[in-house]
Amino acid sequence: MENEALSNSDRRDFLVKLTSVVGGAGVAATCVPFVASMNPSSDVLAKAETEVDLTGIPPGGLRTVAWQGKPVFILRRTPDEIKEAQASNGGFDPQPDSQRVKNPEWLVVIGVCTHMGCVPNKEGPGWTCHCHGSQYDDSGRVTRGPAPKNLEVPPYHFVSENKIVIGKAA
Amino acid sequence: MKSKIINWIDQRFPLTSFVEHDLTGYPTPRNLSYWWNFGFLAGFVLVLQVVTGIFLAMHYKADVSLSFDSIQHIMRDVNYGWLLRYMHAMGASAFFFVIFVHMARTLYYGSYRAPRELLWWTGQGLLLLLMATAFMGYLLPWGQMSFWGATVITNLFRATPFFGDQVVIWLRGDFTVGDATLSRFFSLHYLFPFIIIGAVIVHLVALHTVKSSNPSGIDLAAKDNIPFHPYFTIKDLYGLGLFLMLYSVFVFFIPDSLIEPANNIPANPMMTPNHIVPEWYFLPFYAILRSVPNMVGGVVAMGVSVIIFAFMPYLDRSRIPGGARYRPIYRIQFYLFMADMLVLGFVGYYPPTNQSILIGQIATLCYFGSFILVPFISKVEERWLIKRGLPPEVMALIESEKHEKSNKGDKL
Repeated sequence: MENEALSNSDRRDFLVKLTSVVGGAGVAATCVPFVASMNPSSDVLAKAETEVDLTGIPPGGLRTVAWQGKPVFILRRTPDEIKEAQASNGGFDPQPDSQRVKNPEWLVVIGVCTHMGCVPNKEGPGWTCHCHGSQYDDSGRVTRGPAPKNLEVPPYHFVSENKIVIGKAA
Repeated sequence: MKSKIINWIDQRFPLTSFVEHDLTGYPTPRNLSYWWNFGFLAGFVLVLQVVTGIFLAMHYKADVSLSFDSIQHIMRDVNYGWLLRYMHAMGASAFFFVIFVHMARTLYYGSYRAPRELLWWTGQGLLLLLMATAFMGYLLPWGQMSFWGATVITNLFRATPFFGDQVVIWLRGDFTVGDATLSRFFSLHYLFPFIIIGAVIVHLVALHTVKSSNPSGIDLAAKDNIPFHPYFTIKDLYGLGLFLMLYSVFVFFIPDSLIEPANNIPANPMMTPNHIVPEWYFLPFYAILRSVPNMVGGVVAMGVSVIIFAFMPYLDRSRIPGGARYRPIYRIQFYLFMADMLVLGFVGYYPPTNQSILIGQIATLCYFGSFILVPFISKVEERWLIKRGLPPEVMALIESEKHEKSNKGDKL
């Protein structure tokens, strides 16, 4: 009886396979904490919200604030700029201006080029990224590549007429 | 006494046989030119980088608030700190220079051809490791170029399907390049050279299995080989002397020549410098990245432009031995390719204008085009050369290779 069990090669193959699978799963599980340790730590995640006082920004003026360590452009647009932004749907990532602002006077976008992550410069109407030549209009929409997408609108909300909180939608 | 000790060791460890087989007595083709010095030089620069790097790490601090100042501390206060730093910074450029010449020689003489494909591929792996190490080391001074270079390159991983954004945040350990990024880059910049040393050993084992190629392209087997020592130890040392003269000129007289001035400004995540450029050794690949108007396409093109060399053993279908030396069309193609690399380098250096983008796109097409055309050109050229008449010995060699191949096929 015992000999039969020992010489049963099916049984042995099954055990080898099972042990390999369990061992492999163990190795994979052990990798999880190592990989996870490279994700943002709690103190980094704690930088998630920034409150900004909008008083003192003149019409047509731009202020750059830091949110999650990234620059956020706050542009107070003039009526002309608003009209121009609403007149078109942007370039090759079309989106109406109304979907990109909570109040047409204030444009709030993350100042990080969607191509390679440089900070575009305010030049004339819109922004130009000097790293690879992408251009954005006064709604933060891409008008010239290589950037594939419009400047991202961060989650934010107005807590009062002149104060916004970036990092939380409502 | 000495022989007694060596005897004792030899009974327990193959010391003498290893030294005779792989160092002093290693059979080397007698006709190697100075272009065959660059493998040894690469090994030398690797040691130089590891040694200077270990001593720099004794004084460097990997912390966003301290790292920029710790470089100033090394330059001003640490005894000979300036020398260690300039040797290390220039050493990185020297490493790429030596490796590029080493690769160009392989391409010129067709050294990648059978049976040396694995040797060529392990070399390709070493190039990728070297690029990764250099890129991570460049972040450590925490200057403007360091910061924005790391930002742009980590951003390339946004091209990953489905998880692009998460992969970038995972690589950085933060929403932007930050303290977490700096300390992990330092950790890995210290680790990678040791992986490179391991990969170099694999490269050398492959080399010692297939032996060195030589300018004739004909396998000289045992009959025309001479021992490595003293013939090539002395030849390598002579080349090392010349190399060290050039290297010393850079280290002692123009140490800042290859360091971008903007890197003397501490990193500022709120402002990108108007003109960001990578180190000179990445410029051609950077130009290819910029030439493709689509982001994912650009990243893929840049990746392929580095990897594509690995396909050379299969792209080159000519059986004429000796590479460009005996293949006039391939030789022209080789020099055109080198010129194209230079054009791409210049395009990568200049800020993007309509004109420079156009030149870059044409040069990018030429870059990939020359690889795509190799299979056709090499075959046509081979037919032309055979028709024009080859020395009977070479014809016999090509025939015997053909027979060997078909014999192997029969056995399979």
